[in-house]
Amino acid sequence: MTSLFAEVTSAPSNDVPVRRVSLRINGESRTVDVEPRLLLAHLIRQGFKLTGTHTGCDTTNCGACTVLFDGSPVKSCTMLAVQADGHEVITVEGLAAPNELHAVQEGFKEEHGLQCGFCTPGMMLSATALLDENPDPTEDEIRWALSGNLCRCTGYQNIVKAVLWAAEKLRAQAPPNDADSAEGEAS
Amino acid sequence: MSIDEIKIGGLGASRRRVEDNRFIRGAGNYVDDITLPGMLHMEILRSPLAHARIKSIDVSAAWAVPGVRLVLTGEMMASRNLAWMPTLSYDTQAVLATDKVRFQGQEVACVVADDPYIAKDACEAIVVDYEPLPPIVNPTQAMASGAPVIRDDKVNQQDNVVFDWDVGDKDGTDRAFAEADVVSEIELHYPRSHPSPIETCGSIADFDRSTSKLTVYMTTQAPHIIRAAVAIVAELPEHMIRIVSPDLGGGFGNKVPVYPGYVASILASILLERPVKWIEDKSGNLISTGFGRDVYLRGQMAMRQDGRILGVRMHTDSDHGAFFSDAQPSKFKIGLMHSAFACYDIPTAHLTSRGYYTNKAPGGVAYRCSFRVTEAMFFQERMVQAAADDLGMDQAEFRRMNFVQDDDFPHRTAFGFLTDSGQYAKCLDIGLKAVGYDDFLKQKEEAKKRGRLLGIGISTMTEPLGAGNSREYDILGIKMFDSAELRVHMTGKAILRTGAKTQGQGHETTWAQIVAHELGIPAEDIVVEEGDTDTAPFGMGTYASRSTPVAGAAVAMVSRKIRAKARKIAAHLLEVSEEDVDWELGRFFVRSAPDLGVTIQECANAAYSNMPDGMEPGLENNAYYDPPNLTWPFACYIATVEVDPLTGVWDVLNMVAVDDCGVRINPMIVEGQIMGGLTEAYAMASMQFITFDNEGNCIGSNYMDYLLPTAWETPGFELHEVVTPCPHHPIGAKGIGECATVGGPAAFVNAVMDALKDTGVRNIDMPLLPDRVHEALTEQHDVSGAPPLRTDS
Repeated sequence: MTSLFAEVTSAPSNDVPVRRVSLRINGESRTVDVEPRLLLAHLIRQGFKLTGTHTGCDTTNCGACTVLFDGSPVKSCTMLAVQADGHEVITVEGLAAPNELHAVQEGFKEEHGLQCGFCTPGMMLSATALLDENPDPTEDEIRWALSGNLCRCTGYQNIVKAVLWAAEKLRAQAPPNDADSAEGEAS
Repeated sequence: MSIDEIKIGGLGASRRRVEDNRFIRGAGNYVDDITLPGMLHMEILRSPLAHARIKSIDVSAAWAVPGVRLVLTGEMMASRNLAWMPTLSYDTQAVLATDKVRFQGQEVACVVADDPYIAKDACEAIVVDYEPLPPIVNPTQAMASGAPVIRDDKVNQQDNVVFDWDVGDKDGTDRAFAEADVVSEIELHYPRSHPSPIETCGSIADFDRSTSKLTVYMTTQAPHIIRAAVAIVAELPEHMIRIVSPDLGGGFGNKVPVYPGYVASILASILLERPVKWIEDKSGNLISTGFGRDVYLRGQMAMRQDGRILGVRMHTDSDHGAFFSDAQPSKFKIGLMHSAFACYDIPTAHLTSRGYYTNKAPGGVAYRCSFRVTEAMFFQERMVQAAADDLGMDQAEFRRMNFVQDDDFPHRTAFGFLTDSGQYAKCLDIGLKAVGYDDFLKQKEEAKKRGRLLGIGISTMTEPLGAGNSREYDILGIKMFDSAELRVHMTGKAILRTGAKTQGQGHETTWAQIVAHELGIPAEDIVVEEGDTDTAPFGMGTYASRSTPVAGAAVAMVSRKIRAKARKIAAHLLEVSEEDVDWELGRFFVRSAPDLGVTIQECANAAYSNMPDGMEPGLENNAYYDPPNLTWPFACYIATVEVDPLTGVWDVLNMVAVDDCGVRINPMIVEGQIMGGLTEAYAMASMQFITFDNEGNCIGSNYMDYLLPTAWETPGFELHEVVTPCPHHPIGAKGIGECATVGGPAAFVNAVMDALKDTGVRNIDMPLLPDRVHEALTEQHDVSGAPPLRTDS
């Protein structure tokens, strides 16, 4: 990694320890030095400037900060950045290739599955993880899978419809006889 | 030849939302997403005690933390005359505490540092020496003799009473009760509730010394009111203040007031000449920012034996917390509480109200409601059900026989409001049919024989939405109008700006639909902007379901001004006199030769390239709309539930909503608003519980304890519509955003109470937690939810 400009401090300002972390985020390899106490959500937002991952509650309840961690949904406000060393993180910005939309993104727009949009990225990532595992979920399975993500605007009914919409579209796109591992690479 | 309005995304089209294009990509722009060069971070130190005198504050250790740039205390604020600020209800509120802390979570000091982690560390290094005082957590304690005076900062304040107020006809109501055959009574507490948008409050203040301009990016539902308030509080010239409200992660009333964090970040930026960001954490939001409700309601209904209502008495004791900062613009001390019973034809009524200071965070925010309408409608529908039960009448029939009739509009209510229109019985009938009322009553009887408890609850209500008219409604003297500015470019594309501020309601989509309806310009050709006071016309913001009734009307009116000018241009282009020109959607034509015409786009082009002699070029205008009256949507919500007699847990079997909000601009969005509102209604009725213990500790100050329903708990909803156009709104629309939150809770509570009818229990306070329901069932008495929190020991 090169930089055109880096400030050289005459003396270390304090004794803050730093840990080196290497991870893949949205398909890109990044190596950064972080304070051990830095939360993964803050590394994503402030460090990588990926502000689609929102923080809502500080207590792992709201799920606005949900990202995919090695393919599983996790709440990035409750992980330390150092825990991501050697792992793969997908945020909403990596859900689809540039100029494309994931079926879940389309479904949320099509079925009015969002209003203020704040919970939406986390909600969509949880939904994506569900559909990766279960391409044909029931309404109850969707409600259960999304029960770690709070939405204050929609009342969830349209979110459920959005996920059903996406599931149907993904099934229609999936190659025949291989529905179990239909999800392609995000990058 | 004529344009299909639905195809161009006009009125009635369920147009997919424009704003979604950025939200689904994670490309929304919320306050915390903004980073400015050189930006510093502010954190707030809050009081751990509900009531205490501050003996000393030692900030020296905080200053010593590397990376700290500024530590602010009340004393420093006071030296700049900023320790206190005016509230929207003509009281004062502490920005940073100087003399005492008056609620747990009150702002005591602020630290500005290079990053938020450092700022938090430094807050912990501040040492505050408190002398505890007895805390007051409810009106009973507040009014007790010898109670400590919470607001001893106010010169003439001898007790904890905020106001004493009444409305209606006392003597007439007394006479009605003297003539009554039957009198019913009910008493209940509408608990404190927090609007709790998922995004907390925050701001980035950016003072530029070289231009003397202050820019503040902040979570506000009303940017122009904030600009006015900052001009007054900070004594800065208004033209040097720019308030930008970017994307908001929900509001629900929580983002109307002015909070100390905003003010402190502004002062910090002015002192440091650097941008200062403050982002509240969730507990800070839940513990200190505007609560809703917290009203003790009791009242009586006088009736003839045949079920006709003769009169109503109501009394409210409201808990406003430590500062009377109700964010409401009416001249009425308890907001629109007296809109209660507006859908019923009641000859006379009287309401008395007392407000109290307590050691709790400021309350009185209109949480997804129009200024106390939620409490009013809840009381109304709980009272009506109790009255029907006392009369032994069917609850639907009792409502029907007392409704204002369809041909009786405009109708003057007993409290003096003028309701505009409605088809109340029709809505009720649709609801009853949808829920299968008669069948359910039979099922309920059958189930009872097998020990199962089923219940059905009805809530029918009309509420006043769209403040205001300027005679009766203002904020800090500014009248409650709203505004729109429309610029049509020469290619017929356009930009529309309004003084409202969307926070999920979809203004970017729906306002364009109104323009499309009025001008025939496809909605996709119109961009909508809001929230920047440097560009948007002055407006009063978005809350109290007022955007469509007021700003939406302004959008229609400015479009009509544009059309009037375009008509002159059309006459010029068609070489006929203006009187000979007719309009159909998107096109002017010669009345005697309809094939001869020009489109609105051709008129737009001519406005810049071929205008008639003497005409001012361009095609743009603005409109300020002062509504003649509030709009009065009506709704009927019916819930059926089953209560588990062993555990007190209750499940929703069915929830039917019939909403009449007049003409629907975008039916998809209207239904989204209703479902969201029903969910908050269910939340308040079932699990959203935030209260205070004897010490004034806020119990429920995080999402581990303050339960918002998830997708798993939230029931499904069945929606129906009736359309009674508003007679005084340009496109016949009424407010809708809050109806379901306002009317919904009584449907759920009435349903549970109906299931428990045989126990003789008349009331369980919300939320109807299983332990409360279980207690009511087993001990057969009413269950109060009023603070302080009960403990079993």
